[in-house]
Amino acid sequence: MTTLKKIGEVILDVQNISLAFGGVKALTDISFDVREHEVRAIIGPNGAGKSSMLNCINGVYTPQQGTITFRGQTFGHMNSRQVAEMGVARTFQNLALFKGMSVLDNMMAGRNLHIKSNIFAQAFRNPFGIFGLGNAEREETQHREYVEHIIDFLEIQAYRKTPVAQLPYGLQKRVDLGRALSMQPSVLLLDEPMAGMNLEEKQDMCRFVLDVNDEFGTTIVLIEHDMGVVMDISDRVVVLDYGKKIGDGTPTEVRANQDVINAYLGTSH
Amino acid sequence: MGFFLETLFGGLMTGMLYSLVALGFVLIFKASGVFNFAQGAMVLFAALAMARFAEWIPQITGIESAVFGNVAGFVCAAIVMFILAWLIQKFVLQHLVNQEGTTLLMATLGITYFLEGLGQTIFGSDIYKIDVGMPKDPVMILESTFAGGILINKEDLIAALIAATLVAMLSVFFQKTSTGRALRAVADDHQAAQSIGIPLNRIWVIVWCVAGITALVAGIIWGSKLGVQFSLTSVALRALPVVILGGLTSVPGAIIGGLIIGVGEKLSEVYLGPFVGGGIEIWFAYVLALVFLLFRPQGLFGEKIIDRV
Repeated sequence: MTTLKKIGEVILDVQNISLAFGGVKALTDISFDVREHEVRAIIGPNGAGKSSMLNCINGVYTPQQGTITFRGQTFGHMNSRQVAEMGVARTFQNLALFKGMSVLDNMMAGRNLHIKSNIFAQAFRNPFGIFGLGNAEREETQHREYVEHIIDFLEIQAYRKTPVAQLPYGLQKRVDLGRALSMQPSVLLLDEPMAGMNLEEKQDMCRFVLDVNDEFGTTIVLIEHDMGVVMDISDRVVVLDYGKKIGDGTPTEVRANQDVINAYLGTSH
Repeated sequence: MGFFLETLFGGLMTGMLYSLVALGFVLIFKASGVFNFAQGAMVLFAALAMARFAEWIPQITGIESAVFGNVAGFVCAAIVMFILAWLIQKFVLQHLVNQEGTTLLMATLGITYFLEGLGQTIFGSDIYKIDVGMPKDPVMILESTFAGGILINKEDLIAALIAATLVAMLSVFFQKTSTGRALRAVADDHQAAQSIGIPLNRIWVIVWCVAGITALVAGIIWGSKLGVQFSLTSVALRALPVVILGGLTSVPGAIIGGLIIGVGEKLSEVYLGPFVGGGIEIWFAYVLALVFLLFRPQGLFGEKIIDRV
């Protein structure tokens, strides 16, 4: 599949990022780039700084040093809202869904940035449909169509109206992905999308990730623990260990890298 | 029968007044996951602002008109509440993003003391009156059906109508608008809300503004009934069992809870009171809330608490 895909220019370029919490150095001088339409994985043992890296790109953390260049624009630090506006969506390692809301509402919330009509038009859009369709009504319908498309894609039609808290874990993960997709992102950051899943759920998730990449052309940056998964689906892999970059390249190159083998298997002293 | 209905109606209207205050709690909790301990202080603050501005503005401008005074007072008080919402966001909440619910609760406790002090420093600590021209005289209805008819307090009736309108507006706001959806999203998860581009800071200002306006309406109605004085803060305590009963996350719950407590108080006082020597009204609401906490901790309409093991 990877051979058919057209990988484009560098869309996201991370240069010399360093992040410390007090005396703890979470990231030291990390640089890597992400090309358009590729699946880029960030791997590493626990505490290697993978999530911190994602949080820097996403604007949750502000790195002390380094720059992030997105589509030619360079930032010292990102701001969550700005990042979302630029078309970067993310999912979370420990599910961060809107638990009280239905699957549909969760995904409609993902359309938030695309909704243009103002609050009064929405509040007074005719509830009985007597006066024909107003702008707000029409807009709502459009967004609903888009969201339905994603619901179909993720095969969660049956759970539309279910409050997400009542869904099993694997499905919640899927809703999390669905909400991110509702934003129509150009770059999707996935924080351990397969964590805590059984084999079957993992296979489903792999398929969705690859399909998203294929069908929507979305660039994907993912963090994952499951080596089999990573090596199968990613085009290029960055390896972090103790906040430092120890490897970068195609899965085959990374697999042969001695530093990486040491980090994962340990060394004899 | 006539007397029973009279007690019932009386209870319903008192209940509506409790609901008004309870609404403030529910709004903020629903929209930001914060249990706002400062709601009572906000009611007092808003009522003080309203009472004093309605007094000052005609004095300054020299226009002696009750209507003008009240309208100007309301507008000024609303502006004060908006500024307050912005200040709370700027100096308190902004620094507590992604923190535990308990931390935020403690912060609102701080806001309570601050507001109580600030309100009385700026506006004075005497008892002031709000006179928005609510009719004080009771009316008799259904005189042909029952001997002696049923006595209803017009003021309570108007208050109940205002509360009902407010609830209808808030329900539409929460359920039908994208801002409402964004508010619910923020309540559930700060980080996730940020990741889909919901501006947390702006949302919080909106919530506190709405809660401020609710506090203002509650303050005006309670203030015109009881006079604007420090004891208004304890009105919030009366609304606490209402929230527990109705569920912290439900706007209709706040109303139904208020009605149940209002009616329960009055009926139990009248019909059970004589057997235990009276005084039931004062503690009835709390005992009812306690029973609910035992058997249905999420309240009547609250979201079911599901924990996966």
